Amino acid sequence: MTLLSVRDLRVQFGGGAGAITAVDSVSFDIAEGEVLGIVGESGSGKSVTALSIMGLLPQPPARIGAGSIWFEGENILTYSERELRNLRGPGIGMIFQEPMTSLNPVFTIGDQLMETIRVHERISPRARRERAVEMLTKVGIAAPERRLADYPHQLSGGMRQRVMIAMALACRPKLLIADEPTTALDVTIQQQILELLLDLREEFRMAIMIITHNMGVVAEVADRVIVMYAGKIVERAGVKALFEHPSHPYTRGLLESIPSLEDDRQRLKTIPGALPNPAAPPPGCRFEPRCGFRLEACRAAVPPLADIGGGHDSACIRHRELANP
Amino acid sequence: MAEDVATLDTVAAVPVEARRSSTRWDTLFRLLRHPSFRTGIILTALIVLAAIFVPIISGVDPDKLSMRTRFMPPGAAFLFGTDNFGRSQLARVAYGARLSLLIGTAVVLLNAVFGTLLGALAGYFRRLDNPLMRFNDALMAFPAILLAIALTAVLGRSIPNVILALSIVYVPRTARIVRASVLVIRQMEFVQAAVAAGAGHWRILRRHILPNSMAPLIVQLSFLFAYAVLAEATLSFLGLGAEPPTPTWGNIMAEGRQYMREAPWIITIPGGALAMTVLALNLLGDGLRDVLDPRLKIQQ
Repeated sequence: MTLLSVRDLRVQFGGGAGAITAVDSVSFDIAEGEVLGIVGESGSGKSVTALSIMGLLPQPPARIGAGSIWFEGENILTYSERELRNLRGPGIGMIFQEPMTSLNPVFTIGDQLMETIRVHERISPRARRERAVEMLTKVGIAAPERRLADYPHQLSGGMRQRVMIAMALACRPKLLIADEPTTALDVTIQQQILELLLDLREEFRMAIMIITHNMGVVAEVADRVIVMYAGKIVERAGVKALFEHPSHPYTRGLLESIPSLEDDRQRLKTIPGALPNPAAPPPGCRFEPRCGFRLEACRAAVPPLADIGGGHDSACIRHRELANP
Repeated sequence: MAEDVATLDTVAAVPVEARRSSTRWDTLFRLLRHPSFRTGIILTALIVLAAIFVPIISGVDPDKLSMRTRFMPPGAAFLFGTDNFGRSQLARVAYGARLSLLIGTAVVLLNAVFGTLLGALAGYFRRLDNPLMRFNDALMAFPAILLAIALTAVLGRSIPNVILALSIVYVPRTARIVRASVLVIRQMEFVQAAVAAGAGHWRILRRHILPNSMAPLIVQLSFLFAYAVLAEATLSFLGLGAEPPTPTWGNIMAEGRQYMREAPWIITIPGGALAMTVLALNLLGDGLRDVLDPRLKIQQ
């Protein structure tokens, strides 16, 4: 069953001639219990997409120009502030990139955790406390009773991210949006947090939308992957298909720039150039100026995201040659 | 996972009790180690104690006139001497201290309430920012003391009116400081996280934004106390504060001014008390600023 469905979402910043389209005609679905990875470099529009779903975009300067976001059959873009507030938490939860600044420094983590529970549930203080301890246990924090009295600065980054996850899950969301949840952590801690997220997905039967620029994270946790470039989806596929048959030059570039142990290359392959100016994107394919496979036709029109078979979509006109080199 | 929990357990074995609520005690200890804060708090305590206990212990009526004891210099009979009506200067200055501290406290409290309210509204609800802050700017365009003089001239001479006038003068300044820190805090990730967890505006302001914007406000209020005491004395001195014979420091100094050559103690003693109070509060404020301001902390 489809849980979340984004249709033709367009988000713009600013107005008039200087308007920047950060997200352009983005559509995707997340099924119940599915882990969807969204990959792309900084500025590709992945975080803006997530914030639009949460209703957290500052408007102005941002403006949702077109599209709809359906959660459990309702268009949440038409929600009032009150309806949105009830959706956040029990409907959609979110964890952020910076565990160092995502907790309020002046209250203990117990206060914050119980506060979050109190917003959505009318239960006694004792029950709240038990619930907080239970959540900390679930995210793998030892001696949770004692931790409740700790201030955020007394915890390590990994511990704080666990607390953040506990806070987001305390409301039992059906969808968890994780915006770069492991970027600020050590690799060993990254691994633990990703495993924790997968365990908790089973336990809470929730869907996860994980935003990252790290292909390794995607390979680890995602069922399906969306690759974004300059505000557009350029490729969408199951995780296996994407890694085995990347059908867009950008995806290929991303995969080639992962360091490998088998290779004894001295330098990593990189994608030359930088993201196009979002105020004046190239006329055709947005990746065309950086693409090693470009043709004249690429400049003529924006290639549509098309099904190339088996639920694999690519926005490259030469996807056939790319998939079978 | 299992190993991970085990290691965490050993980490937790470090005495948790010792670290508990360490922040609050830490701040207090750092304050007490700060030399100017220490001097400031001791002086302030002396002034407060004197204001409370000197009138009680001496039992002298500050308004009791006595022709026999006019212009007596400080000595055994009258510690601070007497004025032109033979009133005890010690009693008058001590009562004056009470009034100064009362007015200072009232102005600080009103500023804490209304400055925070205005600043928080302007900083958090961006729609309110422009109207509120332009009104603020209009009030701040007047030099503080001139505006206070104008307001007391209109309102009339009384202690509540002085408090009201000084609050109107200083609330815009306090609001501006609160607004600035609210603007910073509202962008922090934990505020976003609270919104993402479904918290409403009121809860976010009360639980997340205000507690984190208190440090600059506390510093500001300690300086404000000094400004208020000084401004009250100025207004009294100019004949715009409480009516004589109310023994405010400004009133005593205004009367003593005529006898500055013959009986200098009449003007210098309340003047000295005023200077000491302002100095004490400024030292205290300096200490608070050094300890509470995170930017200075990094430099240390």
